[in-house]
Order: sequence, then C-alpha cells, then structure tokens
Amino acid sequence: MGAAARFILRRKGGKGWHWTDIVTWVWLTGGLIIMFGPAVWLGFSSFKTPAALAEFPPSILPYVTSQATVEGYDKPLQLFNAKMPDGSTRVLAEVRRIGIMSQMVDPKAPGEIVRININDRQPVRTLSFATSNYTEPFVHFDFLRYLWNSVFVTVTATLITLVVNSMAAFALSKYEFRGRSAAMLIILATLMVPLSVIMVPLYSIISSLGLFNSLWGVILPTVATPTGVFILRQYMLTIPDELIDAARMDKASEWQIYWRIVLPLTAPALAVLAIFSVVWRWNDFLWPLIVLSRRELYTLQVGLSIYSGELNVQWHFILAMTVVTMIPVVLVFIFLQRFITTGIAGTGLK
Amino acid sequence: MTSPSPTSSSSSRLGALLMAPVNALMRLIDVPLRGLQKSTGIGGMAAFFLAPNMLIFGIFVLLPLVINFVYSMTGGTAFFLAERNFVGGEQYARLFTCQNYLDPMSCQEDAFWTAVGNTFWFVILQVALMILTALITALILNRDLAARSFWRAVFFFPVLLSPVVVGLIWKWILQRQGLLNFILFQFGDTEPYTWLTDRTWTFAATIGVSIWAHMGFYALILLAGLQAIPKDLYEAAEMDGTKPARVFWRITLPLLAPNLLVVVVLALIRAVQIFDEVYVLTGGGPGTSTLYLTQYIYETGFASALRNPGLAAAASILMGSVLVVLTLIQLGIGRKNENKGKR
Amino acid sequence: MGEIKLTDVKKSYGAVDVLKDINLHINDGEFVVFVGPSGCGKSTLLRTIAGLEKVTGGEIEIDGKRVNEVTAADRGLAMVFQSYALYPHMSVRQNLAFGLENSNMPKPEIAERIQEAARMLEIEPYLERRPGQLSGGQRQRVAIGRAIVRRPTAFLLDEPLSNLDAELRVSTRAELAALHARIGSTMIYVTHDQVEAMTLAHRIVVMRAGRIEQVGTPLELYNTPANRFVAGFIGAPHMNFLSGEVQEVETGSVTLVIGGGHRLTVPLADHKLRGHKLKAGEKLTVGIRPQHITLENNPGSLPVKVRLVEALGSETVIHADLNGEKLLAVVQGQKQIVPGDEVHFSLAGAPLHLFDQNGLRVKGA
Ligand SMILES: Nc1ncnc2c1ncn2[C@@H]1O[C@H](COP(=O)(O)OP(=O)(O)OP(=O)(O)O)[C@@H](O)[C@H]1O
Ligand SMILES: [Mg+2]
Repeated sequence: MGAAARFILRRKGGKGWHWTDIVTWVWLTGGLIIMFGPAVWLGFSSFKTPAALAEFPPSILPYVTSQATVEGYDKPLQLFNAKMPDGSTRVLAEVRRIGIMSQMVDPKAPGEIVRININDRQPVRTLSFATSNYTEPFVHFDFLRYLWNSVFVTVTATLITLVVNSMAAFALSKYEFRGRSAAMLIILATLMVPLSVIMVPLYSIISSLGLFNSLWGVILPTVATPTGVFILRQYMLTIPDELIDAARMDKASEWQIYWRIVLPLTAPALAVLAIFSVVWRWNDFLWPLIVLSRRELYTLQVGLSIYSGELNVQWHFILAMTVVTMIPVVLVFIFLQRFITTGIAGTGLK
Repeated sequence: MTSPSPTSSSSSRLGALLMAPVNALMRLIDVPLRGLQKSTGIGGMAAFFLAPNMLIFGIFVLLPLVINFVYSMTGGTAFFLAERNFVGGEQYARLFTCQNYLDPMSCQEDAFWTAVGNTFWFVILQVALMILTALITALILNRDLAARSFWRAVFFFPVLLSPVVVGLIWKWILQRQGLLNFILFQFGDTEPYTWLTDRTWTFAATIGVSIWAHMGFYALILLAGLQAIPKDLYEAAEMDGTKPARVFWRITLPLLAPNLLVVVVLALIRAVQIFDEVYVLTGGGPGTSTLYLTQYIYETGFASALRNPGLAAAASILMGSVLVVLTLIQLGIGRKNENKGKR
Repeated sequence: MGEIKLTDVKKSYGAVDVLKDINLHINDGEFVVFVGPSGCGKSTLLRTIAGLEKVTGGEIEIDGKRVNEVTAADRGLAMVFQSYALYPHMSVRQNLAFGLENSNMPKPEIAERIQEAARMLEIEPYLERRPGQLSGGQRQRVAIGRAIVRRPTAFLLDEPLSNLDAELRVSTRAELAALHARIGSTMIYVTHDQVEAMTLAHRIVVMRAGRIEQVGTPLELYNTPANRFVAGFIGAPHMNFLSGEVQEVETGSVTLVIGGGHRLTVPLADHKLRGHKLKAGEKLTVGIRPQHITLENNPGSLPVKVRLVEALGSETVIHADLNGEKLLAVVQGQKQIVPGDEVHFSLAGAPLHLFDQNGLRVKGA
C-alpha cells in the first residue's frame, strides 16, 4: 500500500506528507470503494440463492449451504460441521431442531441420532453461483421480451436520430436560406424543454396518433434531439465549403453531397452522438413508463421497476436482471470512456 | 509517409462489402431526389433536409408545449382535447387555494405543496453538497496524479448507469438486511436502520443516492475548467512564493467561477426534475416524504385513480417557468463568459 | 469548344456590389489570367462562371448558349480550388472517379481516363493513397487531375499554386503551361502572382473593386497600361510616378516641369487627350519603370539623394528621393553607392508613360 500510495502521490513525495496528500489518498480510496463498491456488491449478490440473500450478516461471495439426501428421510437434509463432545469434528445432517438442541445423523450411518447443542455446529458451505437467477427470468418471465424491446428501441431510435439530426445539421450548416436563424433559435430555445414539462400533452398527442402502447410511441418523441443537431452542426461547420463546391462541380446531387461527402467526414461527431443516444435510450424510464402499459411491451427499465415494486420482491431475479440491464452501459463505459469524457468536457452534454 | 498496409485495405474491402446494400439504397433514393432538386433548385433542398427533423420536433416538442397551456385551462379526466371542457384559470386557482399560506397541509392541493417543499429542500441540499464534492473531486483529480484517467473513470462510472439501476442497487444496499446495515453492525451498531421506510432517513437517502449518481458528471466539467487555467499563472504564483491556500482563493476559484456558475445552474435544472431514481428507490414514500414535483405531475396526470390532466398541466407549467428562468440565467452566464473571452 | 462570353455581369451580396458590369469574351483554347488586389472579386467572378454563385444581373454564355440558369454540374466546366478541396476520406483514385461516376460513365472508361490522367501528371504511384498521405505538390496534381479526367470545356483555377513553396511553384507553373499546350482547352486562372500571370497568360484581365481595368496580352499591359492602376500593378517593383505640369506642347512631343524645376520632354505621337488638346499648365503624372532608369550623368538627368541600397548581386535596387518624391531604380550589376550619396538618374531613352488627372493614359505616349 505504501508503495502504491507513493506512486499515486508522487507530487509532494520526498518532502514528507503534506496534509493535501492525505486528503487526496483518503478521497481516492474512499471514492473507489463508494463508486465501484455498490456495483460490485450487486454483481456478487446477483449470484446468490434466495436463502443466501436472506442471510444476515451477509457474505460477500455467493455461498450455499450443502445438503444431502439421507436414507430414511424424504427431504434433503442440511449438512453441518458438528463439534462432538469428545472434541472431534464430524459432518452431520440435521434431522430436526428442538430448542437449543439439534438432532443429527451421520449421512453414512443414518441409524443413530446424535444430539448437539446448536452453538456447536456450523453449516457446511460451498461457493456456488446461482446462474438460474439469470436463466429463469428469461425462460419463465418476459425478460427476454423486455430485453428485445429495449434493444429495438435503442437501436431504432439511435439510427433515426443519426439520420434525421445529421440531415438537419447539414441544412443548417451548409445552406444559406431565409429562416435559418429562426430555425436555429427555435432549436436553441427548446434545448431545455424537459419531458417532465410536456408529458401530459405529449401523451395526448401520442394517443391521438395511435402510438399509445407502441414502441414507436417511445421512439419518436426522442429522435429530434436539439442536442444532436447542435453537436453535428458545430462539427459540420468545420468542413470546408470548398469541398461541397468541388462536389457540385463533380455533378454530385445535394443528396450525394450529404451522403458521400458530409456524412463520412462527420463520422467522429456521429460516433459521439451515437454513443450518447444509445446510453440515453437504453436508460429512458419515465416516458416508456407512461406510454407502455402492456407487459409484453415493457422495456427492461420499466419491467425491472415494476417487478421490484411488487409486494413480494424476488430479489434474486431482480438483482440478476439489474446486472443484465447494466451490462451494455458498462461495456460502453469500458471501451468508450475516453470518447465520452472528452465529449462531455467539450460540449457539456449528458 | 506510410503506404496503406494490406490489413487496412482488406478491412476497408470488408467495409465496402457491408456498405454495398446501403449504398445501393442511397443511389435508389437519389433518383427521385435529383428530380426534386431539379424542380426546387439547390436552395430548396435545404428545406428537404430540414423537414424530417423539424416535423418530428414540431409534433413532439413544439406542439405539446403549446397544447400544455390549453390543457391547463381545461378540466375532466379525458385526454382528447375535444372532450375536455374549458375551465379557465380554475386549475391554477385550485393549486393556490390555501387556508393558511404558511402551512402546505391547509391547501386544497396539499400534495402539490408537499412536493414543492420537498423539491425545494432537495434541490438546495443536493446541489450544494454535490457541487462541493464535485469541486473537491475535480481539485484532487487535477493534481499530478499517476493514472489520472483511471481515477477520473472511477468517479464518472455511475453517471452512465440508468436511474432504474441506480435505484435498485441502492434499494438493495439500504434495505433492512442490506450491506449498509451490515457495515454499521460491524462497527457495533446492533439496531438495524430502516433507511427506506423511516421518514427521517428516506429524504437523506434520495439526496445521497442522486449525488452518488451524478457527481462524476459535474466533477468532469469542473476538471475541464481547472485544466483550462493556464499553468504559467501557477508558476508565476510559485515564483512569488504564494501560499497554496492563497493560490486557491485568489487564482483557482476566481478563474473557475464561470464554470462553477454554469455547473450550478445545470445541476439546479436537473435537480428540479428529479424523478426516476427516487421513484424506484422509495416510490415517493414513506407517505409523501420523498414526493417530488415530477412524480406529483406524473401521478396527477396519469397514475392515480382520480387523475386530473389539467391540474398536472398547470403544475408542469409552473415547474416549466422555474426551469425557463434557470435556463435564461444559464444562457446569460454563457453570453457573459463569451464576451469576457472576446475582450 | 470552350468559348465564354460575359455580358454586363453583376453580382451583389445584399447591398454590397462585388461585381459591377463585367464584359469579357474568352476564346476557345485561350489561357486567361485574372489578377487584381485581394478582395477585388476575382474568385467571385470565377465562381459565377462556374455556376457556384448566381449572378444578380447580366448574362453568361458558354459556346453561344446562355447558361445563367444552368447549374454548376451541367455547365461542363471543371474547377481547381485554392485549398485543392480533395475529398479527404477517398483515395486518389476515388477522388478522380467521383465526378465520372456521377455522370454514369461506364467503369472501364473511368479506369482508362484515370490511368491516362495519372500518367500525364505522374501520380500513378499514389492512386491508392488518401490525400492526407500526400505532399502539397502531389495533392495539387491530384486536384488538377480531378479536373482533367472530366474533359471539361474549360478549366477554372483559383490560385492553384498559392499553397506551394516558391521552388515547387516555379516548376509546377511550367508544367501547367505545358499541360495547356497539350490539352488546348480554355483555362481561366486566378492569381496574385504577377510572374504567374505574365508567364502563363495569353491575355491578362486586371480587376479592381469589382471592375475590369484592362484586358490584354502580358506585353500590352506592360508596355501600354491603360491607366495608372494597371501601370502600377503590372511589373515589379512598381512603376515610379512623378507629378508634373505641362509647360509646352510641340508636334511630336510635350515638355513637362517636374519637382525641383526639372524639365522632361516626352515624345508624343498624338497630343490629343480624348478629344481635347493638351494645354500648357495642365497637371499630368509621368510613369517610369525602375528598370528603365540608368545611372548616367548627362544633360537632363535628375540629381537624387540615395536613401537605401539593396544589393541583390546581379542587380542593385536604389531607393532615392527627388525633391520629396520617391524614385526607385533597378540597375544592372553591383554599384559602390551608400545611403546619403548624391547620384544622377538618367531617363534618356526610357519609355515614359503619361497619365491625366483621372489616372487615364494619355494616348500615344
Ligand atoms: N458570401 C459573401 N457575402 C458577402 N460578401 C462576400 C461574400 N463572398 C465574398 N464577398 C465579398 O466580395 C468581395 C470579393 O471577394 P472575392 O473572394 O471574389 O475576392 P478575391 O478577389 O478572390 O480576393 P483574394 O485575392 O483575397 O482571394 C470581397 O470584398 C468579399 O468580402
Ligand atoms: Mg480569391
């Protein structure tokens, strides 16, 4: 730890410990635990059986108590490490418990019943990952359906966003026309209209268009993002106009100029927008919650929140499905983190 | 000068193969569009490119914005405007009818005023604490750290998580037999806390969780601001033998101030709209102790049996006007910063 | 064919008139160069011919057909841009092919034309590279190649050499001249560089503030500039201008008094100045090219005070002062002169140019 700390805190190193070095060290270590800890805890918990989840104090890794079928007993019996009166330890199966005494049998010789104080026995536990937490919701519940809905919404909305926003950005950056500044102004003004302000009338529009209880009702209101138009336009302004003139001299139609010249050159900005759009749409909650009321249409986020809000929460499934929901975003985070952080620092969007 | 390597050319060949159907489609689209271009001219094509975005934008953003005002002046439970009866300012009057203006519970819409009060305190506390932690984090990340991008990623990680996931993670940790109680138990606290069912704790829990989820974003922007401060200023201060604390108060903070202001307003705008995480974490409860404005609007408009879309619209307009004021402040700050940059 | 005719062409951006009544006739196969100070409207004129800008008045004809309403794509012209404007995401080959594909040319023919242009411009080794992987000179060739493969009726080139270093510019200039001789298409060429204009052009068009000042062959412009602006613009260093007053008008010559009371006699074929005769007392400007001044002390030579001497080896540039008026001389060889010296500038045998008070050339001078 000392070496690591010296490595981390090399700035004032050598001159002894300045108080800021200590604060830095505490803050970073604390941050590491607090920021990553919950997600890691979630990950481990998602592999525990319902019984292990109910345990208090909880163990970090997913353990299960071992059981054995013993001749003469219908149900499997739980195994314990029992301390015998003579001081030796044996693995015994518990038949029943009476008060503080436990009646146990040796699984290999089930004839004789041994009585042990419950404080003298420890359950036998083995590390085991309850993968059924993951497989069952897909088979017995609609989670596969939800997953598909989420993927569909995310992919479709992102594709439409990219096409529609880039077309608009092209018009707003490479053409002079009357009303251009008016269009820009409207977009700027509504940059800050949040869903929470317009959800009631938007709902009525969606229903009158027949899009209530339809994934398109979730997708369409999100695709004309002013933010997207903004980033793309900003980027397209840096493409020299001479290139477009050259293409016009080369007999390219305006659509070809958009498709073959401007779009390929906007690729970096399109990538940033695509990443953000994927994260936004994957994470959307309130609007899908309003538009989708039929179970088979739920997205993962809606499905999760509905299941977790039920009276009898089946935490083992919920936790596993939370992990599934988290995975795409974590992947995006791991592989595209640098892209995203510079994107945010540059544009202040989220 | 590098000549293209064989791998890059073969991968580009693969790309070309994948793009072939798309290119064919685009060529197909081009045929009618060339015709269109002939008749409208080059300038007319601008309208064509703008149209889809503006259409969607108009239908799903501008139109609702306008309809919202109409909605707020109609009554009934129907959603179609034609089936709604005009009531004038009745919805607003209802929101503002109170016996005693100092006591929210005496108002006719006591839930609204509870939500307003909760949101108010939430916004104040969450933004203050979050910006403070974000500032400290940014200052620390701005030090000469090894593996700075790793540490930046650590604090940024929760930002991308969906609010539902955030809510569930913490619901799991804060439950009666959860991790937090276990940790406290290790430190000798035998009585488990009921974080999510006890009025005293839920409010704090929502603040803490939302700070956890969003702090990294603001730290990132502040860090960018810190890194934009010219290094030679610090070197000059060091040459003058200025004390670190003085450097912070006299150089870092004043130069960071514009960024800090933008970040505060941005955080305010977002905090006013808090919903998703809290909805999953506490559902607004226990009672109405964590009922915030967006949830009030949502439940009044859609979820409750006694739904009243008009009342929800009126409340959303009130919330919207707060956001407009905040946005104008933000744009004003942005303009001022820009001018400063020019001078 | 590549005959281009401009009649009263006007262009304005809002209230700003950028082109004012341009009349110009360019013959097929001609190499025409537009020169003029920055912002005078050269590029704008070229772009209106190209069809990238719409004219606000007047008429453009190509091969006898009015093309005002024809789009850039359909005018059959090709343009080489100052920044080259190569598509950065396409290989050189794709850059050359783009325009041909757009006119639905069969693939084998495209390949053939690219091959031919690449051979002509010696860019064959780079065909698969992206523009970003080429040097400035190579990019420039690709830009010209992109125009050549189109086999346009005319080439429009907007300062195509200005991004090259001096040496490369000289060699590319020669190649461009050879290229024109070989293809024989009409070329319209915009430049700032006088040497380019003088060496390349059949005819030079001198522009100022949206107007054409003079059109003529390089030597016409050099020898008989139509006005003071053209006289000062063509030739380097600039022509010297001395103000003077007509003292005496004789048949075949006119005598002027210039600063310091010196007299200058200028031979004049026809002393009529646009209808009216030169009269004694009239104010005129005399123009003398620095290269025509010699360092001889003979009767009638001007005593000047040397201010600055620039020795270039093969020639010496002398900045001098004649009664408060600046006078520049470029003399052959190396001279033992230092600032402060008094020397004599001889104008004997130098072609003198006379301009009236409006800056227009006095006929016959
Ligand atoms: N889109 C425009 N809007 C308004 N004015 C313009 C526009 N384009 C050009 N101008 C003006 O027209 C005038 C001529 O510009 P042009 O580019 O033709 O000059 P130029 O002779 O090519 O100059 P240079 O030698 O510097 O390239 C300039 O004064 C310029 O400011
Ligand atoms: Mg120009």
